[in-house]
Amino acid sequence: MKTFKHSLFFIALMFCTFTAKASDGMEEYFYSSGKIKVVVAVSAVVMIGLLYAVIRVDRRVSKLEKKLNSNK
Amino acid sequence: MKMHFGFKILCALLLMYVAIFAFLTPLSPALLQTDLSEIKPGEHSFTLTGYNTHFAEGNNALFLINDSTLSIPCTITEVMDNSHVRASVTMPNEIHSKAFAFVLNNQVDGTVFLESPMKVTDFTVNAELQSSQMPKFQHGEASFFSYPYQPIIMESIRNLMWHVPMWFTMFFLMIISLVQSITVLVKGQRDGDQTIVAINPALIRPHDNKAAMSAAVGMVFCILGLVTGSIWARFTWDAWWTKDPQLNGALAVFIVYSAYFILRNSIQQEENKWKLAAIYNIFACILMFVLLMVLPRFTEGLHPGKSGNPAFSQYDLDSSLRTIFYPATIGFILLGYWIYNIRLRILKIEQDHENL
Repeated sequence: MKTFKHSLFFIALMFCTFTAKASDGMEEYFYSSGKIKVVVAVSAVVMIGLLYAVIRVDRRVSKLEKKLNSNK
Repeated sequence: MKMHFGFKILCALLLMYVAIFAFLTPLSPALLQTDLSEIKPGEHSFTLTGYNTHFAEGNNALFLINDSTLSIPCTITEVMDNSHVRASVTMPNEIHSKAFAFVLNNQVDGTVFLESPMKVTDFTVNAELQSSQMPKFQHGEASFFSYPYQPIIMESIRNLMWHVPMWFTMFFLMIISLVQSITVLVKGQRDGDQTIVAINPALIRPHDNKAAMSAAVGMVFCILGLVTGSIWARFTWDAWWTKDPQLNGALAVFIVYSAYFILRNSIQQEENKWKLAAIYNIFACILMFVLLMVLPRFTEGLHPGKSGNPAFSQYDLDSSLRTIFYPATIGFILLGYWIYNIRLRILKIEQDHENL
């Protein structure tokens, strides 16, 4: 159920990005200095995504620790 | 079970190398545009805009080249800065054809081209016009190690180091998943008609765990690939989502693997769960190869390197891009395997303590 919820969250996030209307200011910003800002955005997405994956792993470990401590 | 420490160090070093050099390597100099929109016999003056060029630092020689047979020298009247130059040209009455290109050469940038769409009027076209002496060009210093300049992509060619390794990592993890699923089916076989023989769960559960966890981490990379691709598409193809077969195939793969987790989590009885999930996973993996590797080759798409013979696709990638792209791929594959490894170990501890 948890995984399903996470998938739903990601699908919602994806649809948000795909349907978002780009304003003129944003367009100007991303096209400036040879589109280097697109690279910044893409690498930031990769970093945030991987960080989120690591945070989820961290939460699992915390839950496990709690469980093991209560069993003692 | 544990990942070797050396691989972790290698992963960290490779990703650091990629993060630094994906941004620091300069883009090759290029000519962006000109304000000359129409040419006819006589004198014209115009400005040229360059990108990453060094007009102010070198001895510039500017020519208007007609079909690589006729070169018309232009006089540079003013060098405004490194990327703007003012020039004038006197056009003859006779030309070879209507295709013109600007060629600018200096000792810093080497040679840069611009094929600008121009209205060509009032000339006598003479196809038999003899070749004039072509100018001699100097080699540039700056173009030694740089990424190639592509007209619309420009700096965003660096996304190659982030977007493409995501898919390679997903493929790697899904193949692990496939192998483990096949192992589940092979080890879970019963002999002949003796259906009463119980299967040892300790023999099969580890393989099912591996299949599920590697697919789960693969999904993370699939989502990252889709989102990064979507951002890149917005500023290159002018739409968040396009009809490109590979793009839609990737979304289909995401949905197919989502269904794998829904199937796996919906069955209570363990033995059935392992087998059904494993059988479905084999279909899913084959579907992934068909959707991402086979079908895009049969249709027209926007992704580069997908048409024609795959043996020639090596020419799509510049050697300066390869020196960063291959380490990036290996680095992200190691990172994906690392996360998969940690999640697998956690799952095993969870299962061990449920049974106590």
